[in-house]
Amino acid sequence: MEALFFYLFGGLSLISAGFVVFLRRPVHNAMALILTFFCLAGLYLLLHAEFIAVIQVLVYAGAIMVLFLFVIMLLSLEREESLQDPRGRLRRWIGGFLAVLVFLFLAPVWTLQVLPVLKGTFPPERVHEVGNTIWVARLLFTDYLLPFEVASILLLAAIVGAVFFAMRRL
Amino acid sequence: MISLSHYLILAAALFALGVLGVFLRRNAIVIFMCIELMLNAVNLTFIAVSRYLQDLGGQVFVFFVMTVAAAEVAVGLAIIVVVFRSRGTIRVDEIHTMKG
Amino acid sequence: MIDLVWIVPLCPLVGFFIHGLLGRHLSRGLIGWIASGVIALAFLISVGIFLELRTLPPENRWVEVAVFTWILSGGLNVPVGFLVDPLSVVMMMTVTGVGCIIHIYSVGYMHDDRGFFRYFAYLNLFVFAMLILVSANNFLLMFVGWEGVGLCSYLLIGFWYEKQSASNAGLKAFVVNRIGDFGFILGILLIFATFGTLNFGEVFSRAPHELAIGGAVVTAITLLLFVGATGKSAQLPLYTWLPDAMEGPTPVSALIHAATMVTAGVYMVARCNVLYAMAPVSMAVVAVVGALTAVFAASIGLTQFDIKRVLAYSTISQLGYMFLACGVGAWTAGIFHLMTHAFFKALLFLGAGSVMHALAGELDMRRMGRLREYMPHTYRTFLVGTLAIAGIFPFAGFFSKDEILFNAFVRGNVFYWLLGVGGAFMTAFYMFRVVYLTFHGDSRVEPHVARHLHESPPIMTVPLLLLAGLSTIGGFVGIPLIEGAHFFGRFLEPVMKGKALLAETNALAHAAEASHSVASSHGSVGLEVGLMLLSLGIALAGWWLARRFYVVEPTLPQRVAQGFGGLYRLVFHKYWVDELYDAVAVRPLIRFSQWLWHTADDGFIDWMVNGLARVIGEAGTVLRRIQTGLVQSYAAYLVVGVLFVLGYLLFR
Repeated sequence: MEALFFYLFGGLSLISAGFVVFLRRPVHNAMALILTFFCLAGLYLLLHAEFIAVIQVLVYAGAIMVLFLFVIMLLSLEREESLQDPRGRLRRWIGGFLAVLVFLFLAPVWTLQVLPVLKGTFPPERVHEVGNTIWVARLLFTDYLLPFEVASILLLAAIVGAVFFAMRRL
Repeated sequence: MISLSHYLILAAALFALGVLGVFLRRNAIVIFMCIELMLNAVNLTFIAVSRYLQDLGGQVFVFFVMTVAAAEVAVGLAIIVVVFRSRGTIRVDEIHTMKG
Repeated sequence: MIDLVWIVPLCPLVGFFIHGLLGRHLSRGLIGWIASGVIALAFLISVGIFLELRTLPPENRWVEVAVFTWILSGGLNVPVGFLVDPLSVVMMMTVTGVGCIIHIYSVGYMHDDRGFFRYFAYLNLFVFAMLILVSANNFLLMFVGWEGVGLCSYLLIGFWYEKQSASNAGLKAFVVNRIGDFGFILGILLIFATFGTLNFGEVFSRAPHELAIGGAVVTAITLLLFVGATGKSAQLPLYTWLPDAMEGPTPVSALIHAATMVTAGVYMVARCNVLYAMAPVSMAVVAVVGALTAVFAASIGLTQFDIKRVLAYSTISQLGYMFLACGVGAWTAGIFHLMTHAFFKALLFLGAGSVMHALAGELDMRRMGRLREYMPHTYRTFLVGTLAIAGIFPFAGFFSKDEILFNAFVRGNVFYWLLGVGGAFMTAFYMFRVVYLTFHGDSRVEPHVARHLHESPPIMTVPLLLLAGLSTIGGFVGIPLIEGAHFFGRFLEPVMKGKALLAETNALAHAAEASHSVASSHGSVGLEVGLMLLSLGIALAGWWLARRFYVVEPTLPQRVAQGFGGLYRLVFHKYWVDELYDAVAVRPLIRFSQWLWHTADDGFIDWMVNGLARVIGEAGTVLRRIQTGLVQSYAAYLVVGVLFVLGYLLFR
C-alpha cells in the first residue's frame, strides 16, 4: 500500500517536473509545477508529516504559484521559446551533462555513513499520541522560538522590499 | 518496503531536473520555478531523513525553508517585474550588462 | 639649583616655540627681547649651577639629573638625563654667555631682514641643541644635540635660501657633517656593544677595568668618535664646509661656526678623555690631525681676501690647536682655549659683521681700508680680538695658546711644538693683515658705499665691548707658573681622570707630568718662561711682518706673491682641495647617481613596474572573457564547484 502510493506520487512528481523543464509555455510550466507540489504533499503524508503536507499545499501550491501565474499573466509572457535554438546548443549540452553528473553524485548519498545511528526522541508512537501538528507547534514555540520570530521579520522585510520595487520605476 | 534510499534517489532526480531546467531555459520566471523545484527536492530530503531519524527537527526546518522561499519569491518576482519594465525582456541571455 | 639643570636647555626651546609658532604676529622688538631673554635666563641659571657646584668638594662634582626615561628597549636604557660637572658647566656658561651677547648683537644686525622671527627661532633652537649636547649624561642624548646643532647650522647657513650659493653651502655643510656623524654613531654603537650602556659615568668608570690599554676596541671607539669630531669641528680632511658656511648671517658665523658648535668635537674628545688616554694611537692621530690642521688652515688664511673666510680658516686653525692639546693629553688646555677662543673669535666675527653692516655687505678686503676713522669702536674691539688671537700678553689667547704650545712641547714632541709655533706665527700675520687691510691704509671703499659709512648702533657695539672685555681678562682664570693660580685647571681637574691614567700607563707622559708638576715649583720654570717668551716673540714677529707688508711697504705683498708664483697660487686656491674632492668624490658620486637614475631606476625599476602593469592588463583582457554577463554560465561554474565538493565527499 505504501509502496503503491510512493511510486504513484513519485512517478507523477517526476513526470510533472519534466514538464516544468521541457514544456515551452510558462503557464504550462507553472501548472506542472503545481502538480509536482501536490505530489510532494502526498509524499509528505506518506512520511507522516501531515502538517508540512498541508502547508505545502497552502503555501506553495496556493500562494506562491498563484503569485507566479499572476506575474506571468501580468507580463503576458506567451512567447514560446525554442529549445532547438542552434546558438545555445553547446551550452545546453554542457547543462545536460552537468545535470546528469549532479544526479549521479547526489543519488548515492544514502550510502555514505554520515547519518547518525542514534535515533531521535520522536518515535512514531509518541507523535501519534497527540498528533504531528501539535508537536511541530510545540517545537516552534519553544525550542525554535527565536528562529520563528526572525522568520517573521524576514517576511516583513520581504514585504517592504517587494512594495519598494513595485512603487519605484527603476 | 519503501526505504530512506528511495526517497533520497527521488529527491536527487528532482533536484537534477531543477538543475537541468536552470541550464536549458532562458525565461527568468521559468528558471525561478526550477529553483523552487530544487528547493522542494531538498525539502523532501529533510522530511524523509526526519522520518528515518525519528526527529521532528527536519520538519521544523522545512517550515523555515518554506518561509524563506515565500519571501524570496515575493522579492524575486518583484525584481523580475522591474527588470521587465526597464528592459522589455526577461530572457537571461539578453540581459548581460555585466559582460566583461 | 643643580637639580634645575633641565631648565637651562628648556629656556631656548621655549623661545624657539614662541618664535616658530607665533613669530609672525609678534613685533620685532618683542622677538628680540624674548630671544635674548631666554638665553640670558639660561646663562643666569648656568652661573647659579656653577656657583653651587663650587661649594661641593671637588671629588663630588659629578651630579646626574635624570628627567625621564627616553628609550627603554631590551638592554638599552637611555634617559633624558643631564650631567653637571665642571666641564659641562664651563661649556654651558660659554654657550649661553657668548650666545646671549650674540643674540643681542643680532637684534641690531638683522633688524631689516624679512626672516627676523625665523632667524631667532633657529638661533634659539641652536642654543637648545647645543645645551643638550654639552649637558647630556649619555652618548645618545649627546648625539641628539650633535645632530640638532648640525640641523640648525644647515638652516642658518642657508638662511638666505634665495641665494644659490647659500643653499649650496648649507647642503655642503650638511653632507660633509654626515660623513663625520656616520663615524660618530658607529663609535657610539661600538661603545654600546662593548659596555652595554651609553651612560658617561658608567662607561668611563668601567673602561679602565674592562678594556686593554691600547687595545683594538678602545682604539676603534676613539678613532670613530674622532671621525665625528673632524666633521663637526672642521678638521682635516673634512674642513671644507666651514669656509663655505660663511654664506650665513655673520652672527651665525660667530655663534655657530666659531664660538660653539664647531667646538663640539673638542668638547666630546675632552669628555671622553678617559677613553682617549687608553688609546695612544688615537691620541697620536688626534694630535697630528690637530697640528697639521692648525698650520694648513692658517696658511690658507694668509692669502684670502674675503674677511669672513680669513676668520673661518683661522677658526679651523684654532680648532686644530685645541685638538693638538687634546691629543697630547692636555685636555684642560684644550677646553681653556675653547673658551677664550669663543670670546675672541666671536668678537672678531661680530666686528667683521659690523664692518659689513657699514659697507652694505662688502666682504672683500681689497675694497676696504681706513675704516678706523669711521668706526672707532669696531676698530678698537677688533684690535683687541686680534691681539688676543695672536697671543699677545696679556690678552686671553696668550694664556690658552701658550699653555697648548707648552704642553705640546713637554708631553708631545718638538714637531708638534714647531707646527704649533709655525701656526701661531701665521695667525699673528694674517690677523694683523686683516686689521691693516680693513682699518688702516688708504680707503679703497667704493664711492657710493663710502658716503654711507657709519659706526654701528649701540646695540651692536655694546656686545662688541663686552666681548672685548672678556677677551682681555678671560685668560686670567688660568695663570701659569704661579702655584694655585690656574683656577680653570683646578676646576676642571676632577673631570680629566684620563690624565692620571695616562701618567700611570705611559712612562714618557709620566716623566712629562713629573717635569710639569716640578715646573710649577722648581727649576723647569725656566723652560716654561723661555717657551712663553719665544712664542710671544714669534707672535710679535708676525705682527711686525704684517705691518711691514701692509703699512710700510704696500707693494711688497704683490712682489712676494710674484716671487713665489706657484706656491702663492697653490695657497690662494686653498691647495685645490675643494677641486680635489670634487673630482674624487663629488663627480663620481653624481655620475653614479645619474647611472642609478637612468639605468637602474628608469631602465630597470620602471621597466619592472610598467611591465607588471602591462602583464596585469594583458591578463585582464584574456580573463575578462570569463565574465560573460550570462547568469547561466555563472550557475554552471557554481554547479561545477558543487560537484567537486560532492565528489570529494563520495570518493575520499
